[in-house]
Amino acid sequence: MCGIVGLFLKDKALEPRLGQLLAGMLEMMSERGPDSAGFAIYGDGHASRVKMTVRGAGFNDLAANLGAALGERVYGVARDTHLVLSMPADFEGRARSWLADHRPDLVIISTGQRIEIYKEVGRPAAVAARFGLSQMGGSHGIGHTRMATESAVTTDGAHPFSTGADQCLVHNGSLSNHRSLRRMLEPEGIPFATDNDSEVAAGYVTWRMRDGTSLAVALEASLDDLDGFFTFVVGTEDGFAVLRDPISCKPAVMAETDQYVAFGSEYRALTGLPGIESARVFEPEPARVYAWERV
Amino acid sequence: MPTIDLAVIGRRELNSRLHGLSADASDILWRIENPGGQHALAVGMTAPVTIEIAGHAGYYCAGMNQHATVVIEGNAGVGVAENMMSGAIHVRGDASQAAGATARGGLLVIEGNAAARCGISMKGVNIVVKGSVGPMSAFMAQSGALVVLGDAGEALGESIYEAKLFVRGQVKSLGADCVQKDMRAEHRLELRALLEAAGIGPEVNLDEFKRYGSSRTLYTFHVDNAAAY
Repeated sequence: MCGIVGLFLKDKALEPRLGQLLAGMLEMMSERGPDSAGFAIYGDGHASRVKMTVRGAGFNDLAANLGAALGERVYGVARDTHLVLSMPADFEGRARSWLADHRPDLVIISTGQRIEIYKEVGRPAAVAARFGLSQMGGSHGIGHTRMATESAVTTDGAHPFSTGADQCLVHNGSLSNHRSLRRMLEPEGIPFATDNDSEVAAGYVTWRMRDGTSLAVALEASLDDLDGFFTFVVGTEDGFAVLRDPISCKPAVMAETDQYVAFGSEYRALTGLPGIESARVFEPEPARVYAWERV
Repeated sequence: MPTIDLAVIGRRELNSRLHGLSADASDILWRIENPGGQHALAVGMTAPVTIEIAGHAGYYCAGMNQHATVVIEGNAGVGVAENMMSGAIHVRGDASQAAGATARGGLLVIEGNAAARCGISMKGVNIVVKGSVGPMSAFMAQSGALVVLGDAGEALGESIYEAKLFVRGQVKSLGADCVQKDMRAEHRLELRALLEAAGIGPEVNLDEFKRYGSSRTLYTFHVDNAAAY
């Protein structure tokens, strides 16, 4: 099963409420995915710095130690099992090496100018609460509630998956050719942290976009290369897109107003959004890419 | 007229009250407020009452309906009117996938568009869609009629048995064993009656419709295949 939600704000006045709205959407999809949940938030950022979300425990002094090693200022904001490190963009590679050497227990789950990802095992409302999602602001966010069917209930298997800077993907469905895609992508330098099929879809989009291809064109190409059932919601630093497989095996509903574009696996997820009564509510067509960009 | 606030009484209580209605119920008009996209609203009706749902409904709304008239003032989720036996279901907005699936009787009217697999395995229901229908509509349809005033997606009538399909707009492609057929006088009469039942008047020109149905090459036993058994 699984539930997906996404919210892309057009009206900046709503940005402080992004997390609150997304938390409500996520909780409404608990029945579709009671075992784990995760979300990506596109919040504040600066072109000269990179945010790195790591997951684990023992964050005391981590930012300070990393900063000392790099000879640069590194800030850390811890939320429960996740820590968001902020450092000069040029130092991301050195930070990765340092973490691999000194803190191999930690998992890097996203990097980018604005993206932060949080995911854990547990009921969606509990996961949202432990990370304080309701207090977060931002321009867009994507969430996922998981009912594991193909692999174990672990945090590693929770969505969203991020395989490129400021990129993330959530998936409802299952891919049939993810092993062969992975064998194609790994030599291309796309790294995978898990055995999850959805992570391969994220990696595919990253691979397509690496040469400057737009998110919409990358997803269009995926229709030829991905085999299986999928509804995807994908985020980039300035974009938001939705794609369903040609059979439209998995449910999807969208709402658009002057203030936002919203996605839910079911309409119930959208009922708490402002002005939903008068929103244009529609079902995205199969095999058609829907994409929005920040202006 | 009973007005039910679903946000207050909840779905189980609503359906329980509706199921308690007898064939000669005195409350013949029910209004359901704050449906909030909840699933399985007004399923399994047997009383000849009218139920208005004041907003968007979730999955399987009015499934298995007998005798009741259900009006959904917003959009309907997956499987609206699934396995309807009789009565009428009217969706003012769009319907999601598998609208009218397996339904055996009654009338389903969709003012907006219906998504994929509208009328899948329909077994006698009449469906009138004022907008367009998605791919694989009337998949394995067995009897009844599907009228589409807009366009139809890919593989219309895939593996169809014996339903009548009338489409005014473009058909992206026909499914296996589905063919265009002549529109004879009896079909024009039937189509006009279906449109009238859906509240569509003479302003709609029957000449704009094409009729599709089964070429009957797939579903009957063919003696040439006897050796396969």
